[in-house]
Amino acid sequence: MGDQSEALLERVRAARAERRPLCPRGTGGKFHLGRPVDGEILDTLEHSGVVHYDPSELVVTARAGTLVSELIATLAEQDQMLPFEPPLFGGDASVGGMVASGLAGPRRPWAGSVRDFVLGTRVITGEGQHLRFGGEVMKNVAGYDLSRLMAGSFGCLGLITEVSFKVLPRPRASRSLQLRLTGEQARERVLDWRRRGLPLSAACHGGGLLRIRLEGNQGSVHAAVAEIGGEPLEDNHYWDKLRDHRLPFFDGAKPLWRLSLPPAAPVLELPGTQLSDWGGAQRWLKSDADTATLRQLAASAGGSATRFGGEEAEDAPFHPLPAALLRYHQTLKARLDPERIFNPGRLYADL
Amino acid sequence: MHYDERLDGPLPDVDKTALLDRLRRDLPDLHLLHRREDLTPYECDGLAAYRTVPMLVALPDTLEQVQGLMRIASDEGVPVVARGAGTGLSGGAMPLEKGILLVMARFNRIVEIDPQAGTARVQPGVRNLAISQAAAPYGLYYAPDPSSQIACSIGGNVAENAGGVHCLKYGLTVHNLLKLDIVTVDGECLTLGSDALDTPGFDLMALFTGSEGMLGIVTEITVKLLPAPPCAKVLLASFDNVEKAGQAVADIIAAGVIPGGLEMMDNLALCAAEDFAHAGYPRDAAAILLCELDGVESDVDEDCQRVRAVMENAGATEVRQARDDAERQRFWAGRKAAFPAVGRISPDYYCMDGTIPKRELPKVLAGIEALSREYHLRVANVFHAGDGNMHPLILFDANDSDQLHRAEALGGRILELCVAVGGSITGEHGVGREKINQMCSQFDADEITCFHAVKAAFDPQRLLNPGKNIPTLNRCAEFGTMHIHRGELPFPDLERF
Repeated sequence: MGDQSEALLERVRAARAERRPLCPRGTGGKFHLGRPVDGEILDTLEHSGVVHYDPSELVVTARAGTLVSELIATLAEQDQMLPFEPPLFGGDASVGGMVASGLAGPRRPWAGSVRDFVLGTRVITGEGQHLRFGGEVMKNVAGYDLSRLMAGSFGCLGLITEVSFKVLPRPRASRSLQLRLTGEQARERVLDWRRRGLPLSAACHGGGLLRIRLEGNQGSVHAAVAEIGGEPLEDNHYWDKLRDHRLPFFDGAKPLWRLSLPPAAPVLELPGTQLSDWGGAQRWLKSDADTATLRQLAASAGGSATRFGGEEAEDAPFHPLPAALLRYHQTLKARLDPERIFNPGRLYADL
Repeated sequence: MHYDERLDGPLPDVDKTALLDRLRRDLPDLHLLHRREDLTPYECDGLAAYRTVPMLVALPDTLEQVQGLMRIASDEGVPVVARGAGTGLSGGAMPLEKGILLVMARFNRIVEIDPQAGTARVQPGVRNLAISQAAAPYGLYYAPDPSSQIACSIGGNVAENAGGVHCLKYGLTVHNLLKLDIVTVDGECLTLGSDALDTPGFDLMALFTGSEGMLGIVTEITVKLLPAPPCAKVLLASFDNVEKAGQAVADIIAAGVIPGGLEMMDNLALCAAEDFAHAGYPRDAAAILLCELDGVESDVDEDCQRVRAVMENAGATEVRQARDDAERQRFWAGRKAAFPAVGRISPDYYCMDGTIPKRELPKVLAGIEALSREYHLRVANVFHAGDGNMHPLILFDANDSDQLHRAEALGGRILELCVAVGGSITGEHGVGREKINQMCSQFDADEITCFHAVKAAFDPQRLLNPGKNIPTLNRCAEFGTMHIHRGELPFPDLERF
């Protein structure tokens, strides 16, 4: 426990000197995402603890190894939260892994992404230096925004050691409902509610049921419940199970795919069973259809398809980048991590 | 603050006539300005104290012209400074004597509004407010609203990651973007982000936002549109000292309320605004808070009661709720007129843009007061209190060169004070040319070297807006005496505050 940044820095410098790849790892719940990396595990869990938390500033700073469950509990004591609802695959996550993966839960379309709530980071770079970007203030446009760049970079640009987040008060009221609707009906209803500013904070359609969550002050939530109708959602833990992939939908041997699509994308006939989260912008698919078919379907709808899990390895789990964009990814990686010690090949074979 | 090749790095000497000939030959339809009298209107942006006449001005109409221009510029080694509406306050679009000024004003089309997806696809020269006006028939609007929103362009907003008075609740520009089309320094087109909520690969869209035209030229932008809140109400609270007002801000947030806007003005600022706009502000208050709550009416009413109680507990001498929309507009008119109002009580003013943790407000205001006495210049304080973004306005007379010099020095000291308490030298105006030296206070040499590495990934010849945003290490060495290392409060003056 505590500040282990010197030890981490030593590890990085040694790896750099010997050009040995490192695989940063927290709880390991998302370790299966991406391509396997032939490198030494760099465990960050010892480098943990909330460094600074001032509820009236709406800012918390925590070391990378801090357990997300503990961070959430610390915030909850002050009636605050991480609005993007990070998944806790396998029961927990580390702050570093949460940011490096950039994955968010059911509230994401309404509250924002992990990146949206990152205010500052400390990062050990491929040059073996411990640097600080951004800070603990809401508005800060000095220099390039390397903090937000770290979110979703899968540890390929440096080792995240500390992150400052904007946090928000927990909503005073929360009600969840279910309505029996087809996919098309659900899509239209959700788009209409969104456009009219109803206090949605989750919407997931699957198996002929639309499940929604309404959050806000008492008045707006009551009014929305009265307007929308439906019936109370039976499962009190539905949203947590959806977030953490603990619903029966996620069981079974077929590969799991994640399609990220524009919020108003049409209902798609996909080969397999699907669960349409984020009001349709994130579609989970259990399917053994071939990769090219799924990528084509996602791309033609304006989005991307990522292979999220499955028994057989997939050489390109992340949706490929256009050639020019990949080249800039490679150049950026080469500038920030010239010895290629941070997760080489985890995102793409040539990155 | 002209570009200084000794400190900012050498720029290639280019034969203007030969360059003009090549541009005319290769891009015959590109509108170019090259005569002195045509170039002069472009010599500065909103930071009018800094002026340089550019070598050439290019006003492209098409994407192909932007690509062609960048190819030629790369080939000839000519620096390019991109400019939108030129309202920026940090000299980010200040031209170079040896460079082309690329004015994107003719990219002024709203390409598409998609009410179902809640997005607008726009060209970079479109004015910020024009997006909300075009979206209004659908009950939608574009949230970030910098005070220059009637004039500033969305391309410039992306370059500066512009803010406004509603950032605490609705975020900065970066939070309200989906997709950027850019042209790279060698004329290649890239799309960053997508219409989906996330995109494979690194988040280059976030990296480009706020990069001050140093990494690429933005040619199209897809922004998010939000449903217009059905109801907005505003409270005006008066305080007999600034510290109590600062405490009220912290207490409102701690009570779990996120106001749409939460603004503070000190006595000098509020009196100037009152004289100018007749907003109904109490002239005898040491500070006022304007707190706007927006959303569904029942929620807004609930929060108004909560905020009123918090303000009264914090020691407000008076709390008034605007009775109707006309009074609400009047309350805001005073705040929005604060800068021009201060302009009436002084020949010139210099607007600063530091951010601080809110808890440091009393200390920083006391520090500013002490500095104001030391430099014999008045300072009016206008403050986006909810997100800790201060706009101290330094009052001076530019015709008196000593006052101008003192104003700049005082401004620099205020920014260093912001850094010393854990804040930033710029919340929303950008570094540009104005704060290039203060960057050496906020970042150490290794961090600045890392910024240069990022720049080199996209612009190895450093042709895009050289001399802005990121200082050279030479410059920091020259101004190294002002370096403050975080956490330590090195400069001895601080003890007095």
